[in-house]
Amino acid sequence: MPNAKLCTRLTTFISALVLLCSICAPPAGADSKLNIMTATTDLAALAQEIGGDKVNVESVARGYQDPHFVEAKPSFLLKLRHADLLIVVGLELEIGWLPPLISQSTNPKIQVGAPGYFDASRFAKILEIPTGVVTRAEGDVHPLGNPHYWLDPENGLRIAKGIQNKLSEMRPNDAAYFAQQYDAFEKRIKQADEKWLTEMKPYAGRKVVTYHRSWPNFAEHFNLNVVGYVEPRPGIPPSPQHTVELIGLMKRDGVKVILVEPYFDLKTPNAIARETGAQVVVLMPSVGGEKEITDYFKLFDYDIAKLQQAFDATK
Amino acid sequence: MKRIAILFALVFCSAAYAQLNPGSESKKNGSAPQSSVSTPEEARMKALEDRVRTLAEEVALLRGELKALRDAKSLEPTSSGDILIASSNLEPGMAPSAASTAPTPSAAPGPAPTQVTQTQTYGGATSNAKLLNPDISLIGDFIGTAGHNPVSPSRSLELHESEVGMQAIIDPYARADAFISFGETGVNIEEGYITFTSLPAGLLLKVGKMRADFGKVNTIHNHALPFIDRPLVTNNLVGGEDGIDDAGISLSRFLPAPKNWFLEGTAQVFRGDSDDVFAAYRRQDLSVVGHLRGYRDLSESTNLDLGVSYSRGNSAGITAPDPSKFYTNLYAADATLRWKPLRRAIYHSFLFRTELFWSARDQLSSLNTSETQHAFGFYSDAEYRVNRRWTLGGRFDRSGRATNANLTDTGFSAILTYWPSEFSQIRGQYRYGHLWDDPNGHFTNANEFLFQFLFVMGAHGAHPF
Repeated sequence: MPNAKLCTRLTTFISALVLLCSICAPPAGADSKLNIMTATTDLAALAQEIGGDKVNVESVARGYQDPHFVEAKPSFLLKLRHADLLIVVGLELEIGWLPPLISQSTNPKIQVGAPGYFDASRFAKILEIPTGVVTRAEGDVHPLGNPHYWLDPENGLRIAKGIQNKLSEMRPNDAAYFAQQYDAFEKRIKQADEKWLTEMKPYAGRKVVTYHRSWPNFAEHFNLNVVGYVEPRPGIPPSPQHTVELIGLMKRDGVKVILVEPYFDLKTPNAIARETGAQVVVLMPSVGGEKEITDYFKLFDYDIAKLQQAFDATK
Repeated sequence: MKRIAILFALVFCSAAYAQLNPGSESKKNGSAPQSSVSTPEEARMKALEDRVRTLAEEVALLRGELKALRDAKSLEPTSSGDILIASSNLEPGMAPSAASTAPTPSAAPGPAPTQVTQTQTYGGATSNAKLLNPDISLIGDFIGTAGHNPVSPSRSLELHESEVGMQAIIDPYARADAFISFGETGVNIEEGYITFTSLPAGLLLKVGKMRADFGKVNTIHNHALPFIDRPLVTNNLVGGEDGIDDAGISLSRFLPAPKNWFLEGTAQVFRGDSDDVFAAYRRQDLSVVGHLRGYRDLSESTNLDLGVSYSRGNSAGITAPDPSKFYTNLYAADATLRWKPLRRAIYHSFLFRTELFWSARDQLSSLNTSETQHAFGFYSDAEYRVNRRWTLGGRFDRSGRATNANLTDTGFSAILTYWPSEFSQIRGQYRYGHLWDDPNGHFTNANEFLFQFLFVMGAHGAHPF
């Protein structure tokens, strides 16, 4: 009976698989370090500030990568499988790559809504929440608001508070340690923020153009005036007509600085700069965008230094 | 706005009431015993309480009105961003109905104001925006064909397929995905399955109708293919456009692997009905699929994806009296090399893929005796993203026919894709085929030009890598 043979084969196959599963079930370490995966490097940096030496933190996206377009590589599954906590940016930033990673990770702890799923956007101040009719005629709009909210030190502090609460909830024995870490972080970020604000004060209200809408929170906090974008609509590549309009606007308003994220092509920004005498500044939206940007503080140090240079050069 | 103002007034009242309460008590302690208080103060409190109650009722009324307005206008969830935030304000402090709102001033006056400010300023709208609807999308796939193909002619212009996708998280343990395609020939559930994501021992279980995990191209939806059509070998050996797509159960798990390798095993059981490849003549005539996938990052931007697959089921289209004795065994191997520099991921990428297929099909020979045809086929394709808007591709096809391994079709294609945005693409493909013309009994050449318009409406979930 070939069919019986098939059935036996099938049963053998399945039982072999089940056996395999039971053999290599991951060992459950009770008091080891918490494994934290984050969607982006900025969240990893913040989690590291709070978690200190009680956690292992790793980010899926790299700092110089466009966080909208990350590939859902299987190698990430290996890391997500062992994660105790997954911290995401939210607001549909990762909609193109994170959902399949989460569902394929076979990790119940980090499924959406599980205790190990942490949406940082719920703790941050969100700008540019669209009102009125939202359609894709506006390009790749984020209906829940602009997801690049981590570029405001105050939001960084708010997210850190959220992370502190989450970590304390997961490891109540270390709650005092996390509180101490948070206090230290709060003190340092407040000091640093004062310094950054003083450094940026002379340039208050300066007009800039950015490539993508990545900088509303940064601009609001440091009092910059974003008057235009190289992209005609979010996620739509530059068009000749829009570029001509933008050049006109920049000349009229005397805009001398174009901010570009490291993952965008510099051809159009450079062409605009030639026409308008403006300077193109590759500003880092994330920790790890350059080798020397190793933490959340150095991200602002780097960006502010770059901006100062550019503003000074284009008086 | 008005509603928020009233809400604040209400919260204010409750806070004031709370402050009033201990203050008045301490006063009373000094002057008179607590039990016998019937001072004007109590009357005032009562008045306040009444006022709070009426305010709460007003809030509920306004809320209903707003909801009705919103429903009537049928706005997008996001268009009412500030309204949603305001409604999320309500949840922590007070329950949605007026009846339960009334006692709140005395019950929990403390935490209400702080919670309100927190949810008001920050991203509280996230959870409310979708209102439990699944992500719904529609993908339109319009294909035009010109040129000469006597073997498998397609219509000049057709809305080849409109795929409706619905995807949602079902409960804390599972998510579900359904893809229904409306084509020229009718409606077809392309896929519809539930995925259990929280099983023990790292198992991933899928139940429903799904594209089998047999090789690479078999798992890809029509609109996500790198070319307008499927390779020749899919049509010749793996059952046509839909390939192995059947109702069944799938179990997969990551396997222990050498360092830096990702290894995944999948076992699937299906009913046994898949297009022109498998057929279930009896209830027991199940088909099975096994797949082993190995993946490795060669560098940050380059990776290698390998796989071997096996499938077995009853041969389709057998007219013998006992068709259940005729089996088809399919073997496949696939290799994919991808390159995508992270800093310029949206501008440049390269992909090279080869899939090999072997088919061993039991069937009736022309002399009505049982025979086994051993056919082989493969395709190789390459895709290069030239810039943000243009992609170039080429494919070479060669495949025997499952029913007659001596007849080998050959073909190649070149494709150019233009992306106006992420949500639409326009493609042109030139296709050459050296194909066996069965009715006339000779090989013939086919030269065709195909073009395709693809467009996405709504939120279509990401496809697996």
